Amino acid sequence: MNVENRTAPTALVPQDRFLGSLYGRNIRAVIARGLKATWGTNWSIMISGFVEPVLYLVAMGIGLGALVGTVSGPGGQEMNYANFIAPALLAVSAMNGAVYDSTMNVFFKLNHARLYEGMLSTTLGPFDVAMGEIFLALLRGAMYATGFTAVMGAMGLITSPWALLMIPAAVVIAFGFASFGMAVTSYMKTFQQMDWIQMLMLPMFLFSATFYPLSVYPEAVQSVIQVLPLWHGVELLRQISVGIFSWGTAGHLLYFVVMIVLGLALTTNRLRALFLK
Amino acid sequence: MLSQVSQITSSRTVPETRSDFVISARNLTKSYGDFTAVNGISFDVPPGESFGLLGPNGAGKSTTMKMIGAVSQRSGGELSIMGLDPNRYGPEVRAHLGVVPQQDNLDEDLRVRDNLIAYGRYFGLPKSYLQPKADELLEFAQLTDKAKGRVESLSGGMKRRLTIARSLINDPKILLLDEPTTGLDPQARHILWDRLFRLKEAGVTLILTTHYMDEAEQLCDRLIVVDKGAIMAEGSPAGLIREYSTREVVELRFGSERNTTVAAELEGIGDRLETLPDRVLIYADDGEAALEAVTGRGLRPITSLVRRSSLEDVFLRLTGRSLVD
Repeated sequence: MNVENRTAPTALVPQDRFLGSLYGRNIRAVIARGLKATWGTNWSIMISGFVEPVLYLVAMGIGLGALVGTVSGPGGQEMNYANFIAPALLAVSAMNGAVYDSTMNVFFKLNHARLYEGMLSTTLGPFDVAMGEIFLALLRGAMYATGFTAVMGAMGLITSPWALLMIPAAVVIAFGFASFGMAVTSYMKTFQQMDWIQMLMLPMFLFSATFYPLSVYPEAVQSVIQVLPLWHGVELLRQISVGIFSWGTAGHLLYFVVMIVLGLALTTNRLRALFLK
Repeated sequence: MLSQVSQITSSRTVPETRSDFVISARNLTKSYGDFTAVNGISFDVPPGESFGLLGPNGAGKSTTMKMIGAVSQRSGGELSIMGLDPNRYGPEVRAHLGVVPQQDNLDEDLRVRDNLIAYGRYFGLPKSYLQPKADELLEFAQLTDKAKGRVESLSGGMKRRLTIARSLINDPKILLLDEPTTGLDPQARHILWDRLFRLKEAGVTLILTTHYMDEAEQLCDRLIVVDKGAIMAEGSPAGLIREYSTREVVELRFGSERNTTVAAELEGIGDRLETLPDRVLIYADDGEAALEAVTGRGLRPITSLVRRSSLEDVFLRLTGRSLVD
């Protein structure tokens, strides 16, 4: 039989390859679609995600900072309050952007817009879709991180050249949240369940040593917070911002590497269950 | 005749799938936990044929379509699409398919023409191919003047046509249409049928599910009647009607109270009698003569209608139930 297609590029030659049925080797098309769609419509969400942490930085850092004075930062070094919370807010914005993209956004496309159903009727596989969406979330995270770092620079909050490394580190944090968030979203059935994620995010934002050092808590509370991902993100960026590193820095990074690997494995598995059932 | 039916559904000693057909299914089975949605169906579709799956909601039509579309893994049996196993070669199989799902899933974040381009990109097709192809398909779908419009501004019929245009972007060998005209007004349906008929003439293999008889009669060369996950009968629309029904049908309404009681008095007229809650059907080769016989017995129905037999009657005969309830 003549298997050759008139439009040669679509006729993939059957071969047994990595992730076979799950991966069509065309993540690029998912990314291109996302960029085009964002360009057309979602500008307001894009901008609000950038503005929010900046507003916090101005209100808390400058306003509250005048009352607080200095706080004990990485390595016990005293630092201005604004310098103290700025890297934490960057970690929060990386988390928020990634979580929004990988939960609400993915949930909507999954269950209401049926976008993925359409994509998966083509030569794309679930792995292409998941990786494409995560890449978009990271691209957005990188843009936010760059913008926020620029604002920090303009406000005179960058004291070490190491601080530029906060941008790639923020992307790693976003990657962890995005891959994990997507896996969690694949289990969600209703918008009410999606609210649970938001209910988890707010306390994590407020209590992960974002606005004051971890040492204010009793030890039992400290160990709970140290299990949560945002604390690792906050500490990682705070250490990078002043260029003071320890084995702890590597530990924080490792936390996110594990989160990324677990999240991706879980997401791919879930997508297989959802779309190739 | 009925023994033939059971032969089709119960035969387990079937030959292997054949590669000279674009689709070949043997004992195709799909179950979700305890529930068996598709229960061992077998069929072959040669290239260029227009093949229909006819049955009520929940018969297993959509599940079968998903397995053919390589987005659902079969639980048992064999399936070959363009000579490939869809379980193993999902993307390769889908490269040959165009899919029109039951519910439109157009990309509302993209403009009309961009929907076609983006979809083509999913197939890995180059822009140089897609630009002229998109314009050609918009022309085909009679949407050229909407090219830059938003998807949400399109009417139901237009959205359907755009979905069909989108499904053709990769020049598919096989077009899968799941309930293509459900929910459309009559005029929109006729426009759509005309477009589908042109594709058929162009040699595209059409696989469609429907629970509309007129649709199946208009578009299908051959069809299988499916109920509860099994094939009840197989043949051309005309052949099935010939085999399972008479040439004409007399529909009589005596009022919902009296239909059942009157049925006894109609015994002997026509070949066969079917009593439904709202009407009595008399199957006869000469409907007018049968109607005369009814009035000859002094019976006065509130309304009477003589019509040609349709696939609806075939389904009623095979399952004892109506298709659309």
